[in-house]
Amino acid sequence: MKRLMLGNEAIAWGAYEAGVTVASSYPGTPSTEITEHLAGCDEIYSEWSPNEKVSMEVVIGASIAGARAITAMKHVGLNVAADPLFTVSYTGINGGLVIVVADDPGMHSSQNEQDSRHYARAAKVPMLEPADSQECKDFIKMAFEISENFDTPVLIRLSTRVSHSLSSVELAEREDYKLKGYKKDFVKYVMMPAMARKRHLIVEKRMRDLKEFGENTELNRIEWENRSIGVISSGIAYQYAREAFPEASFLKLGMIYPLPEKMIADFAAGVDKLFVVEELEPFFEEQIKAMGIEVIGKERLPVTGELNVSIIREKLLGEKQSIDLPFEEKTPMRPPVMCPGCPHRATFHVLSKLKLTVTGDIGCYTLGALPPLEAVDTCICMGASIGMAHGMEKARGAEFRKKTVAVIGDSTFIHSGITGLIDVVYNKGNSMVIILDNSITGMTGHQDNPTTGFTIKGEPTVQVDLVKLCEAVGIRRVKVVDPFKLKEFERTVKEEIEADEPSVIIARRPCALLKKASYGGTVTIDSDLCINCKLCTAIACPAILDKGDHIEIDESLCNGCLLCVEKCPRNAIVKAGVENE
Amino acid sequence: MNKANILLAGVGGQGIILASRIIGNTALMNSYDVKLSEVHGMAQRGGSVISSVKMGEKVYSPIIEKQEADIILAFEKLEALRWIEYLKPGGRMIINDQEIMPVSVTTGKDSYPEDIISRIKAHYDNTVCIDALKIARECGNIKVLNTVLIGLTASFMELGKEDRLKSIRELVPERFVEINIKAFERGYNYAKS
Repeated sequence: MKRLMLGNEAIAWGAYEAGVTVASSYPGTPSTEITEHLAGCDEIYSEWSPNEKVSMEVVIGASIAGARAITAMKHVGLNVAADPLFTVSYTGINGGLVIVVADDPGMHSSQNEQDSRHYARAAKVPMLEPADSQECKDFIKMAFEISENFDTPVLIRLSTRVSHSLSSVELAEREDYKLKGYKKDFVKYVMMPAMARKRHLIVEKRMRDLKEFGENTELNRIEWENRSIGVISSGIAYQYAREAFPEASFLKLGMIYPLPEKMIADFAAGVDKLFVVEELEPFFEEQIKAMGIEVIGKERLPVTGELNVSIIREKLLGEKQSIDLPFEEKTPMRPPVMCPGCPHRATFHVLSKLKLTVTGDIGCYTLGALPPLEAVDTCICMGASIGMAHGMEKARGAEFRKKTVAVIGDSTFIHSGITGLIDVVYNKGNSMVIILDNSITGMTGHQDNPTTGFTIKGEPTVQVDLVKLCEAVGIRRVKVVDPFKLKEFERTVKEEIEADEPSVIIARRPCALLKKASYGGTVTIDSDLCINCKLCTAIACPAILDKGDHIEIDESLCNGCLLCVEKCPRNAIVKAGVENE
Repeated sequence: MNKANILLAGVGGQGIILASRIIGNTALMNSYDVKLSEVHGMAQRGGSVISSVKMGEKVYSPIIEKQEADIILAFEKLEALRWIEYLKPGGRMIINDQEIMPVSVTTGKDSYPEDIISRIKAHYDNTVCIDALKIARECGNIKVLNTVLIGLTASFMELGKEDRLKSIRELVPERFVEINIKAFERGYNYAKS
């Protein structure tokens, strides 16, 4: 039976059919749904771990113990997990080990658009790249076979348009995979210099064997058609190129590292003109050029952003699309915003009002950098905010520090913020940190984490106590405040930032999209009381409309969080008495 | 078999993903090759979002490009204007008569364009406008707004009605099936009335 499925869901089905029994990941768009779907399978142990490095270590352990194991992460997550990746390449595996990495060309939901294919080359690990959901499922199963046949972890590269597109998938039965036996083997699994030197030789031989395998595997295929144009491509770029060049011959690469050099040379010799169509970096192009083969690629195609059919037609075929629109005006942009009722809105309203320098982090709260709140000064990577605030203090001294605050979400704090906080305490820093505790991993779509008290399967578990955790690393000033109590929150921020020692404020209020936020009843403006002072617009709620001579509240957006009521000096914002659905 | 590209445009949170999946599933049941492309993650937070549904004998790219959409289903007026260059010449424009203000407008920095529907109608003959929010409210829950719009979209497509209702039954939680079917029917019969 055929089912329409997200690429990410198909990856999970492939892992299920391959007999995987252990999965560990940290959420990250566009990879998150893979592990969420795995969590729906009773036969698979699955978990959210604190960060990608831990996830990687969990699945390495599972593999050495004899199970087929999988982890999935976004491209920047692989940076976090790179340390174990480079060495598990040396040790090899026992049960099959597959690492899925989802790139985000065009940065729909990311801070950079790095090309993860470079990791395959740098870590000397084979990499596969599917081009639709059916291939997602098929390639995962083949990846486990390659992993076990060549004693290697296998990387699968996805991109946003493969992860978040749906196409039809044919399902199959789950393989009854028997655990491989566990045997102590320190020459293989203890990477000290003497053993690692021997393993490196094995890795080099493995890569030569894999190159040979690539020449014959069905993962790579030539589609001979008209030979005046040949195109080498993979993944989603193949789909765009296939549509742009309906008549051309194609070499579609499914195993994108190592490359099948003989196959490429034969294909190149069989066509008059050769294009390489790949998103982001000239990864294939440079290797093919190094083989002495002439190709056209990034001299015409962009290295930034996503490709599409029109770009390929324009840059490679010279067919430029021209569109005459009857409207000349620019439509106002609609960037993402914090939701009505979002706890971060209150926090950033106060930080913005106090004109503080705010080192930011990765999450919904990064939106606090945008107008009109414009509170956040920096955003680099997961966990960076605390170390950066500390660095700013060390660079500019106490006066600057008393105007600086680090903000970080609950999940991000556990991911890699806690190490920054230890650095502050250990090295006699005085940073103030606000942990934005909204009781969930928000931006990626509500995943539980160690601070929520629930596992990925919704089972109750031990809950990390953020207050005790901060106290345990040596923070003596820890305050828990509801940011919606604006006056109390502002007072606490002012007090703590003046303190001559490090302090942590836990701004605690659940995400407005969680059931337990339980806001009820929209509000409306009592026009007899409203003096149009516009103080309520300072919180930048999307439901509050500034109509110039008066203020309106959009009842279809308002969820009754009452933050605006807190701002109104005239008590002119009142319950509408209509239940909002 | 005809191919069809349907672009759904709106604001994060309006139920666009579910709507595109219902249309996509219906096409799959009718033996089309189908690809959908969705937006997840950051952009969903109240931002401008689109979803593509492409069906035909063989579909490669999941993305609808400029001037390729046979139908644009705009859940909001400003989004209709924003994505109109994706409409194929002579294509069908369906606009839900609803305004959701972007932050630049709520804070008074920009103004919301005026007369969007009449201006689009003046240049695009196949434009249909519907107050789906009102119809959804009449059905008993404003959240079935997207199903009203799917019903209206379906009335312009060659896909069988039974399959569409089957898709709704498959994709919508059981206790909401009845109200969704009611909403679908209201949308389906809208253009005929």
